[in-house]
Amino acid sequence: MSGSAIVARKLCKRFGAVRAACGVQLDVAPSQFLALLGASGCGKTTVLRMLAGFVHPDDGEIVIGGRTVFNATVCIPPEQRRVGMVFQEYALFPHMTVGANIAYGIARGQDVARRVDEMLELVGLQGLGSRRPHELSGGQQQRVALARALAPGPAAILLDEPFSNLDAALRVRVRNDVREILRHAGVTAVLVTHDQEEALSMADQVAVMIDGRVVQAGAPHDVYRAPVSRDVATFIGDANFLSGQACGRKIHCEIGELISEQAHFGRVEVMFRPEELVLSTYGDINATVEDFQFFGHDQLVQLALPSGARLRGRLLGAPGAYHRGQQVGVRVNGPVMIYPVGP
Amino acid sequence: MTFEAIRAEAFDGARDHDPAARRRPPPPGLTIVAAAIGLAALLPLAYLLLRAAESGPAFWTIVTRPRTLTVLWNSVLLTALVTSSATLIGIAVAWLTTRTDLPARHVWAVVTCLPLVLPSYVGAFALIGALGPRGMVQTLLAPLGVERLPSLYGLPGAWLALTLFSYPYVVLTVRAALRGLDPAVEDAARSLGKSPRRIFFDITLPHLRPSILAGGLLVALYTLSDFGAVSMLQFNSFTRAIFVLYRTSFDRSAAAVLALMLVALTLLILWGEARARGSSRLYRAGVGASRPSPRVRLGIWKIPSVLVCAGLTTLGLVLPVLVIVFWLFQGWKAGEPLWRGWDMVWNSSRAALCAGAVTVAAALPVAWLAVRHPGRRARLIERSAYAGHALPSIMIALALVFWSVRYAPGLYQSFGLLLFAYACRFLPEALGSVRASLLHVSPRYEEAARGLGHRPLSVFRTVTLPLLRPGLLSGFALVFMTTMKELPLTLLLSPTGFSTLATRIWSATEDALFAQAAAPALVLVVLSGIFVGVILKQEEEDVYE
Repeated sequence: MSGSAIVARKLCKRFGAVRAACGVQLDVAPSQFLALLGASGCGKTTVLRMLAGFVHPDDGEIVIGGRTVFNATVCIPPEQRRVGMVFQEYALFPHMTVGANIAYGIARGQDVARRVDEMLELVGLQGLGSRRPHELSGGQQQRVALARALAPGPAAILLDEPFSNLDAALRVRVRNDVREILRHAGVTAVLVTHDQEEALSMADQVAVMIDGRVVQAGAPHDVYRAPVSRDVATFIGDANFLSGQACGRKIHCEIGELISEQAHFGRVEVMFRPEELVLSTYGDINATVEDFQFFGHDQLVQLALPSGARLRGRLLGAPGAYHRGQQVGVRVNGPVMIYPVGP
Repeated sequence: MTFEAIRAEAFDGARDHDPAARRRPPPPGLTIVAAAIGLAALLPLAYLLLRAAESGPAFWTIVTRPRTLTVLWNSVLLTALVTSSATLIGIAVAWLTTRTDLPARHVWAVVTCLPLVLPSYVGAFALIGALGPRGMVQTLLAPLGVERLPSLYGLPGAWLALTLFSYPYVVLTVRAALRGLDPAVEDAARSLGKSPRRIFFDITLPHLRPSILAGGLLVALYTLSDFGAVSMLQFNSFTRAIFVLYRTSFDRSAAAVLALMLVALTLLILWGEARARGSSRLYRAGVGASRPSPRVRLGIWKIPSVLVCAGLTTLGLVLPVLVIVFWLFQGWKAGEPLWRGWDMVWNSSRAALCAGAVTVAAALPVAWLAVRHPGRRARLIERSAYAGHALPSIMIALALVFWSVRYAPGLYQSFGLLLFAYACRFLPEALGSVRASLLHVSPRYEEAARGLGHRPLSVFRTVTLPLLRPGLLSGFALVFMTTMKELPLTLLLSPTGFSTLATRIWSATEDALFAQAAAPALVLVVLSGIFVGVILKQEEEDVYE
């Protein structure tokens, strides 16, 4: 795995009785952007802090930029790991100017002033080097934090929930900016977040953590389309579930026969996304429209099946095509995921 | 135990709980240093206990002596009287200056807190100089044929003096809480159909309870440990009785026993406050109200309210300054030597500068351990470092005199032991401000700096220390000022011939040479005034917020 920028093998960490990380495996290729996604308290921040060197794992190995920084015998302190960290609350030094903040990590002997200017330009804050952090807006502070972390030319950048202190409108813009800057700098990055939209839209790779374990890792599209478990499916995006009977790749359930990519025989749980649901007013009528939620670009339709099961469908276009209480037909577009249910 | 303590108290609620820091073990060197400081702070109490234990069965004889019981009764009575009167006055003034349309509200808000700048013995000197026999008022009234004024000495004088100079503690704590109360809570009660009076008693007062308790605690501790006012006004409470026993009797274990009783009484009050507060934690509201509260119209009560504020200011501030100037003038007219040279100013400042530096240096490792590596051990060390909070000066002075005479005669009345005593007594004040500013410095700053390639020592120098500087400086200033005003420690422990502003005022007043006490008192009041001004200003413009 000499080609990887960051490798974590079987990382374990306990805090008293709490298991924060257990057998965590990560592998990030150079210049790749990995999002570590999980609910709060799942241990994702602990993993990030272990990579940075602020928390010592109980067991496992960490390799950054081809150099082993932690294993049973080695423990390199944070200041020698060459990783830049961007904190949730930015942690800009309030007693220093923006320029001094960025210059703080640059090694002596380099042309510090030029490097600071380069960094300010990279993050689009030219001419603000003499300001104090508190004179900047939240989005600008965020970029200074990024510039400061990038300035020493680190082997990797670690971002700990960096967008959670921004309001919703600003967040989307800053996310794009940060992605641009990181791509431009060509640096390997690991982002910790609980926001699945953030993870899916920003990262090249997503690793989903539940209870201290990485349960699934892969490209955002693959993780979204084929979650390995019901838990992952509900955590990433909206999901519809129905119970069914599998016979090879054909699955019989309440809304008819569906096709799955995996073959199985026996009782299963079927999962498909709301946007895969198709409604029709002709053909087999098997559901009742219960409610609408209009979002502008699309609408969410809540349906009830005769058995009492509920489905949600995401439809493009204006409301008006359906009304509450209407009987409709339901189909699923494309293959579904199945999760075998015990005997 | 002043502004800083109040500020730290207010900050307590906003503490940043960092589960990762909680589990990080402290470096062993830090624990050892902090533990040594904590133990040193306990030395006076430990030695006094040892000494009292040596007296054996005589201990109970002394405790149950009628004379001792009278002293106990006097102390309890004085503390109860002063605490209740100061609390009532403090709540009223805090409410008037924050929630009503009192004319010149902002001026009264500052002016009513200023009596705090007077050390109690200067205040007592002023009261005696004004209202005592052959005092200012009598001198002025003599042409009208007034021969005698009602006696000031004893309980009435001590009660008046201590109330006047301690009620601002209650004003400050209660005012902070009043400002923190979300007006929406009162609005909600109003919309539920309650009258303003009912709201004050049902909503506002319960919310203020923790702050009233905190302010009352400060007043009670101030009263119990006060030495200057009760001595000058000749009221036989613990501190005075201990001093007299120490000076006059050969059997010094009696003084030790009384000092221990005083400590027990102090601990009882601290315990009572903690218990009372424990159940009212819920009432603490979030920091900062969303909008200012509506003002209550005083109506016909406007004039009496102004008169109350004016009366307090006159007695607590204007009168003392007038008296000092009056006696300066009297002395100048009589051709007395008013100024005994700059020696005492130099001595006072030298002691205060050294005490400030030593105390802040001792507070830093303890605060660091408590904030960055919290745990049972850290809590124990911090508690013992706070011992000075519960130990009256006279008791620390006595313990150190006994200890040095027996075990280290070379240290007796040495400058070093004096500094040690100051540090024991004032460590809590330095700890309060160092701790509060350390809580402001998020560990993320240090982690960010280390992530950028700096070693721990370099991080401390370039990031932590600059961020801590305001806290260290205000801790230093606080200890500097309280040392400057400190009387009993200086009186009992300072080297022979080492005369300070405080001891000079004391000895001149004791000999009824009021004119000679006036000049050092004026210097002390002016210095205190500047200091409080600086602190109040700093409070307004919190630097990194």
